[in-house]
Amino acid sequence: MSSAVPAVSGTPAPGAAGDPTGRPGPGARRPRRSRRGRETTSGWLFLAPMLVILGLFLVVPVLMALWVSVSDWNGRGSPFAGDVSFVGVDNYRSLLLGGGLATQDFGTALRNNAYYVLLVVPAQTALALFLATLVNRKALRGRGIFRTAFYFPSVTSSVAITVLWLFLFSASGTVNAILARLSITGPNWFNEPRGVLHLLLAQVGVDTAPAALAQHGFLGIPLWEWAAGPSVAMTAFILLAIFTTSGTFMLLFLAALQAVSAEVEEAALVDGANARQRFFRVTLPMLKPTVFTVVTLGLIGTWQVFDQIYTGTQGGPAKTTLTPAYLSYTAAFQNNDWGRGAAIAFILFAIIVLMTVLQRVVLRERTTIPRRKRFHPEGPR
Amino acid sequence: MRTIPTRRRRPAPALGATALGAAGLLALTACGGSGFDEGGDTSSDGGSSGSLSVLIGSSGDAETDAVTAAVAAWSEESGVEATVQVASDLTQELSQGFASGDPADVFYVSADQFQTYASNGSLYPYGADLDAADDFYPSLVDQFTYDGELVCAPKDFSTLGLIINTSAWEAAGLTEADVPTTWEQLTDVAGRLTTDGQVGLGISGEYARVGAFLAQAGGTMTDAAGTEATVDSPENVEGLTYVQQLLASGSAAYAADLGTGWGGEAFGTGAAAMTIEGNWITGAMENDYPDVAYQVAELPAGPAGQGTLQFTNCWGVAADSSAQSDAVDLVQHLTAADQQLAFADAFGVMPSVQSAADGWKEMYPEMTAFIDSAAFAQNVVNARGAADVITDFNAQLEGLKTGDPAAILGSVQTNLQAVLDENAS
Repeated sequence: MSSAVPAVSGTPAPGAAGDPTGRPGPGARRPRRSRRGRETTSGWLFLAPMLVILGLFLVVPVLMALWVSVSDWNGRGSPFAGDVSFVGVDNYRSLLLGGGLATQDFGTALRNNAYYVLLVVPAQTALALFLATLVNRKALRGRGIFRTAFYFPSVTSSVAITVLWLFLFSASGTVNAILARLSITGPNWFNEPRGVLHLLLAQVGVDTAPAALAQHGFLGIPLWEWAAGPSVAMTAFILLAIFTTSGTFMLLFLAALQAVSAEVEEAALVDGANARQRFFRVTLPMLKPTVFTVVTLGLIGTWQVFDQIYTGTQGGPAKTTLTPAYLSYTAAFQNNDWGRGAAIAFILFAIIVLMTVLQRVVLRERTTIPRRKRFHPEGPR
Repeated sequence: MRTIPTRRRRPAPALGATALGAAGLLALTACGGSGFDEGGDTSSDGGSSGSLSVLIGSSGDAETDAVTAAVAAWSEESGVEATVQVASDLTQELSQGFASGDPADVFYVSADQFQTYASNGSLYPYGADLDAADDFYPSLVDQFTYDGELVCAPKDFSTLGLIINTSAWEAAGLTEADVPTTWEQLTDVAGRLTTDGQVGLGISGEYARVGAFLAQAGGTMTDAAGTEATVDSPENVEGLTYVQQLLASGSAAYAADLGTGWGGEAFGTGAAAMTIEGNWITGAMENDYPDVAYQVAELPAGPAGQGTLQFTNCWGVAADSSAQSDAVDLVQHLTAADQQLAFADAFGVMPSVQSAADGWKEMYPEMTAFIDSAAFAQNVVNARGAADVITDFNAQLEGLKTGDPAAILGSVQTNLQAVLDENAS
């Protein structure tokens, strides 16, 4: 392809000479090649504005941040000035292996966010799919209203909805008032740092750490703390995320459901599949690409959770809603530890890429259907 | 058919355009790089040209208006233009300013950020140029001294006092003579003030309040030189154990556990009969709970005598400012005793100069406890990087009621010492 480019630029200016087909040359292939070359050129031309914008506002800042993450820049003046020096992986090492407060904070943030992802992604995907199948039914009256209603939280500003949540889940808020009607004393949601799993374990009498879990740790915090589960405060954020995002993903599922042709459904019906089988063995496999999209978007979004934390709790109570994204922000902007802030961001990036690759492997298209998933276990006859 | 290739040939010169675009991209990125570079070398000329920008983090309209008026008055006098901007997130906007090499000329610097900015050279040390440097409270000067010189002028300060709801006080049968002056008396009155739906003492569960008890027990966070952490001292353990006992007895509670955001809210809503807050509470009481009558007392003495915490800000001048002499002149104007009293009148702050103390007491006769507390007030930790340690301390204090005071202080000791060692290296 690239060899075609000089050929194009070598041709006289447009309008000056005839078109290339009229010229004597090395045969009939030449014009096709130069035409493709011109297409390449125009392709690049059309891409150019986007490349410039992406380069300027994405690639260059990312590279700058990468430099900051391996430098000792202290936030004053240019990170490329002479007095800023290269410190190798020091920032990464103090985060991951230092064992000090930086490591503990990062470990806590990772734990909090891991539970958040673990609960939000499956729940929002399942709920979105459920809502989509509901509003996809032709028999449902006022489908439009339901579609709008379910989608509505997604178009509301996340700050506004977080503030709403703070009111709903305050100690004397609506949620606790409803729980009180049911004779349940609700927790002080956003001020309750105890982990849900710890609370459940306390119910069965395990309220102190077994020695094995207390003594061993990872990223500066003991395994017993890793096993705390999301705090009650984080649980409120988890509910918030499920509530706001399932509408968005419902839309994706709805579009995919509408693309599933009625014939397929009908064929399954004729084959004697019941409703449950039709959904899990026929419809769901056809939605696989959409499931992949939704889970990917969900993973990325949940690992990056920031605005709810920033407006809601700022990491409290007792750091149980601290997330890597928020930690990166405070490390850089509030503590002027820019190298650490950038390093956190890059580790977060690595985690997201890893997760996405992992789930791509899990959800990849298989050429054969596993036996247990076959409608006809013996295979097609 | 022939027209098609002809038409398609048009983009031929576009290759040039693409190349141009790429070159432009390079040029632009280069620009981006050099934009970052600026300011590194403009720092040292302390000329007096151009206009000044003043960046403040305001507590509300009253403060914004007062500062704007004071700066305008100075502009009038000096003929130098100056504009006041209110930051919505001061720390973040300052950080951005320093990074870009084009920060505001004059700005608020909080005590806990001071060391960070001073150590990376963002602040222009002008303390020696001030006429009335001796008039500042010595403990405030300590707070803003770096490498043995006063870097920026203390703007004003606040101390913690004991705020008492007078109607709850009378309802419990207490009189003026019962205002607690020792821990035993505090325990006693807190117990007597505790009723169904009201705790005796409601405070924010953080170092910035609980720390007052550590000071009363004779504890400090670091030694005098600020190089060794002294968090796990027996005095601090004693202070924290006392707070734990108060919480466990049920006559004291954290504001968050009362379903409120801070001590002032717990106090204003009647969930707590007493709280420990600074003089900023007066504004909140006036605006949000005008019907609640209260009085202010000095905090009770612990085993080591009286103690409280003080909080302060200073007027920072940017090292990268191109108008440093004007900026210092403006600060001179803003920290003068009469100007500080004007600020005190507008939004209740306490002047950082000793000569204005009497004027303040006349202005706020019922608040004298706050300014009298300056005599025994302790500065909060402000070592570079200590903010993280304090955040962690606060997180652990939330679990104080059932936690182990010595263990909490032990982990803070480790973390703070690590930070101090890192700063020293």
